[in-house]
Amino acid sequence: MATRARLGRVLGAMIPIGWVTLLLLLPYILLLVQSFWRLENGVITHHLTIDNYKRLFGTALYPNTILFSAGIALRVTLFSLLLAYPLAYLLAFKVKRHRNLMYMAVIIPLWVSYLVRAYAWKIILGQEGILNGLLQSAGVIHEPLTVLLYSKWALIIALTHIYTPFTLMPIFAVLESIPPSLKEASQDLYATRWQTFRKVILPLSLPGVVAGCTFAFVLSMGDFLAPQLLGGNDSALMVSNLVWSLFGVAYNWPLGAAVSVVMLILTLTLLWLADRVEQAVSYRGTMVKGKPTGAAQQGVLASRSGV
Amino acid sequence: MRRPRDYLTPSLWTIGTLVFGFIYLPLLVVVIYAFHDSPIIAWPLKLGTLHWFKDLAHDRGMIEAAVASFKLALLTVMFAVGIGVPGALVLDRVDFPGKTVFRRLVLLPLILPGIITGVALLTYFSFLKVSLSSGFPVIPGWPVVLGHSAALTSIVVTQVFARLQRLDRAQEEASQDLYANGWRTFWFVTLPNIRTAVLGATLLVFTLSLDEIAVTFFLIGRQNTLPLQIWGQLRRGITPEVNAISTVIFALSVVAIVVWAKLLREERSM
Repeated sequence: MATRARLGRVLGAMIPIGWVTLLLLLPYILLLVQSFWRLENGVITHHLTIDNYKRLFGTALYPNTILFSAGIALRVTLFSLLLAYPLAYLLAFKVKRHRNLMYMAVIIPLWVSYLVRAYAWKIILGQEGILNGLLQSAGVIHEPLTVLLYSKWALIIALTHIYTPFTLMPIFAVLESIPPSLKEASQDLYATRWQTFRKVILPLSLPGVVAGCTFAFVLSMGDFLAPQLLGGNDSALMVSNLVWSLFGVAYNWPLGAAVSVVMLILTLTLLWLADRVEQAVSYRGTMVKGKPTGAAQQGVLASRSGV
Repeated sequence: MRRPRDYLTPSLWTIGTLVFGFIYLPLLVVVIYAFHDSPIIAWPLKLGTLHWFKDLAHDRGMIEAAVASFKLALLTVMFAVGIGVPGALVLDRVDFPGKTVFRRLVLLPLILPGIITGVALLTYFSFLKVSLSSGFPVIPGWPVVLGHSAALTSIVVTQVFARLQRLDRAQEEASQDLYANGWRTFWFVTLPNIRTAVLGATLLVFTLSLDEIAVTFFLIGRQNTLPLQIWGQLRRGITPEVNAISTVIFALSVVAIVVWAKLLREERSM
């Protein structure tokens, strides 16, 4: 009886562990290994070499691409934060009735196909699109503008649109958990509204801000479809598009693997840093409900899994 | 002392409304143009046709892609739940060497950009010489099924694990004290307690699998999934049929999130 129960337990544990090993651990390891292989005359040879990394850091193209992508991602993060914070604040403190309904309304777009959201901007910004139509009928311009679509800014706007709700979620979660008594205490001590915000609300909400920003940054840096759809020539310079083309038409898997590994390391470093920053900005013995540590990662997870 | 006039609240409402508009207007535009009576998406609007929906109903490529996507999502749910629930249980109550590594690995596909998981799996399957079309035409292909399942198991694990952590173990102990064996305890005590978490995760995995594109892109064989079929159309140029399918997807998503919200409320009230 007891041995059967133990057998069941061991089996029950073996399946998920085996699954993760076979379908996640080994593929990621193989990706790492492949980044040390080499392409010779169109054939991947299994001799270990650091040539790919030499090429990666020795050619201006790759570091520039990473910097360019980071620049785009940084702008998307900044705009998402500027849009998400006031709305999260409004939802958390000002909306009394139907708050859950409104919060739901903000995150519904996350459930709507990613492609639909990217495509919407093609309709709006395109040469025959709505913006051009409006501007023309208003007499502001006479010829349709072609610079709207296929530019860096089209990409930044679309990515901001896609990732603003993601950024909002962790910020809202943190703001909502701030006890109203803290705000009242601050006001009882004759703090102005601005002082209350600056000295009480903002510091307490920083962990959510860090989580939201990390999320917007990581995801927009890793995006490779919106750039192709909206970004034009500029966007061939996004690092994910480089990976995409190295694993596709450019056919150099080992080099593509090396770029992926660099991306992977950058992402993990960023998450680790965010975790550190977020721990530093969380008040010791924080009064905010919920776990004070690891909120950046938890925020990312929560937003991705729609909680 | 009189408090100074409140400028904050009205300006917050203004900004909030604008942000709301920014989030929703583009989606609205897609839906409106699904009823636009002209093959060119242009200004001004001519509303009032179902032409594009009829086209959609006759588009065999799109329908086959939708069927493939549904099959893929169903299989993904089966694997992700079948492995995710035991995975969460293992994390919650079994200690083994490498547990931290296990936990981090499960979460990796959620944290990393999808493209990295996509190319890692592509490398892996091609190294093992598994054809991307294996299993076709019964299923869209084993690699893409396993890829989706591997990536989305993490959703089930995180949601169910979170629920297990809040679970009162006394009930299970009581069940065992009453000589129920492990299976019966799981079936009659643990499972009812994690039911809503499992259902919520199922719905989420299903939706995410239907919409998944980064991993799919690298693992797809001969049969396109719905997002890839749409992607193909988009690359060839704008067609209002895409608006029509988007509108259908949008409507279904709203239904899904309403169901999900109900589940969540049920869970919160527990």
